[in-house]
Amino acid sequence: MKRSRLVMGPVLFHWDEDRKKDFYSRIADETDVDTVHVGEVVCAKRMPFFDKHLPSVIERLQRSGKEVVLSTLALVMNEREVNQIRDIAQMPDIMIEANDISVVRLLAGQPHMIGPYINTYNEGTLSYFAEKGAKRIALPWELPMSSIAALCGAQTAAEIEVQVFGRMPLAISARCYSARAQGLHKDGCRYVCGDHLDGMDVETLDDTPFLAVNGLQTLSSHYVEMADNIAQMQTAGVTAFRLSPHSLDMTRVSGLYRQVLARKTDPEELRHRLKEMRFPMNFANGFLHEAPGAEFRQTRARQAE
Amino acid sequence: MELVCPAGTPASLHAAVAAGADVVYCGFRDATNARNFPGLNFSRAELRDAVKHAHKHGVHVYLACNTYPQAGAEEIWHKAVDDAVAIGVDAIILADIGLLRYARDHHPDARLHLSVQASASNEEAIRFYHQEFGVRRVVLPRVLSLDEIRTLNQRIQVETEVFAFGGMCVMAEGRCSLSSYATGESPNMNGVCSPAAHVHYEERGDTTVSRLGNFTINIYDSDEKVGYPTLCKGRFRAMDKSGYLFEEPTSLDVTAMLPELADAGVSALKIEGRQRGKAYISQVVGAFRTSLDKIAEGRRDARSKLSTLSEGQSDTTGAYRRSWQ
Repeated sequence: MKRSRLVMGPVLFHWDEDRKKDFYSRIADETDVDTVHVGEVVCAKRMPFFDKHLPSVIERLQRSGKEVVLSTLALVMNEREVNQIRDIAQMPDIMIEANDISVVRLLAGQPHMIGPYINTYNEGTLSYFAEKGAKRIALPWELPMSSIAALCGAQTAAEIEVQVFGRMPLAISARCYSARAQGLHKDGCRYVCGDHLDGMDVETLDDTPFLAVNGLQTLSSHYVEMADNIAQMQTAGVTAFRLSPHSLDMTRVSGLYRQVLARKTDPEELRHRLKEMRFPMNFANGFLHEAPGAEFRQTRARQAE
Repeated sequence: MELVCPAGTPASLHAAVAAGADVVYCGFRDATNARNFPGLNFSRAELRDAVKHAHKHGVHVYLACNTYPQAGAEEIWHKAVDDAVAIGVDAIILADIGLLRYARDHHPDARLHLSVQASASNEEAIRFYHQEFGVRRVVLPRVLSLDEIRTLNQRIQVETEVFAFGGMCVMAEGRCSLSSYATGESPNMNGVCSPAAHVHYEERGDTTVSRLGNFTINIYDSDEKVGYPTLCKGRFRAMDKSGYLFEEPTSLDVTAMLPELADAGVSALKIEGRQRGKAYISQVVGAFRTSLDKIAEGRRDARSKLSTLSEGQSDTTGAYRRSWQ
């Protein structure tokens, strides 16, 4: 079997410049991930902080042999944001991941990626994007395994990618819920979203972990963990597996998933190691099983027989 | 501005026509539309009769086929488009790109509208749907401000329709999996949000707990009115504070903004609520008809008399005014 592509998704959270630079340095030097995403996906207000470092970060990643993909904003609303995506679409020598349909129009005919914020639910839509030049298509989080298999079965020229680790983005809004939680307006947000490295934990009123707020974005509290189904996805034709960055040691996390992709580590062992990293972490894979996304269903034992 | 009104049943469609709708929109009784609730929506025969009735009164009918076709089962959605065209609806409201292409290729003369579920929130996105699929109207997501809508209308070639009254999504539509995270069923895949089959109410001491799937969405004291547990309208805890994290339980009412929306170049106003009964439809449609007629006569007296019908009896102008900006 061809070696699977291991992908480090874009950093979704508002980490400070040093943390982000350090993160990318370690990914460049200490991991064998194949592809690394850079760029701001959630909030245009955050862009000025890291834009100045992007060229050097991209260069460093490329020099260490990584394919670099520039991810775009998931929600593009005003004129300033439209101009930003126009600028990005004209950047030379870098693969761009479209997370809003506006970018698809601007990139038509040139090689690009379709991101998971774009609704690729079926073969008709997948074929359309592949014909327009999409080289790789990252599927939305809520698809069941049956849909993933059907999309792989469509045999388009585009690679299929699925997120296998990290909190799942569940919604995006014009409104900033990090600011709202602190009684601030969006324009005077003081970048409070940066206070929470993995999003602000949201619990139900009876103390059950539920969601995580990251500015305009709402994520799951639970971490997607799909190691049990990686072999099944590889067989179905998924070729790229995305890890979504969190504040735990992502070099170790990527090493563990590389082992699972190569069938050298047991999924159970991987989860054990993740929990050892002393990170409060509930796992979820319900979407894959046509169940509530927050649920976790173990399926591995049967496959191993 | 055209008044586009909801109908979940033939009776509601008759009520909307009688109350002064310019257009009634509805869906087939299956997962192809975003109000796939038990007991709601139209069979093929019912839609045929509905179109006949509406056209007799000079009212148009739009068919919403605005969920995302399931991989391996696209023909169900293709058939819905074929049947809507054969029945003679005046426009089909679509969200999925594969389905838009199907409609464009198989029914080049059909009038296609872009559903709010496609969340086309900027000029480049709208241009994409117009150029690629010949979309003639876009229903704008409820994230845009009035100023953004005005600017947009100056730059695009297609008509825009905005939400005027009813339930409000605070998240960008068509990009939200909150419901399926808790219940396994989503607007995009199943045409439902926070579906009733997954709702439970529990008494705990003096409080009432509303739950969706395995999650508590709100806890009400005995003196509070218990609401439906729509996920994003719930009360949660973050940083040791409890409250409505996303949105208070309000609903949208733009009556007071109608002249501004017309000035901003909006072509049509959409009333939300295909799940509502015919009495509600009559009242809301009637009130908007009156307001629009007054504006057409040059009068600007457009105060809403609809507040008793609102969720939580509280109105908001939503993102149009952006008090939270």
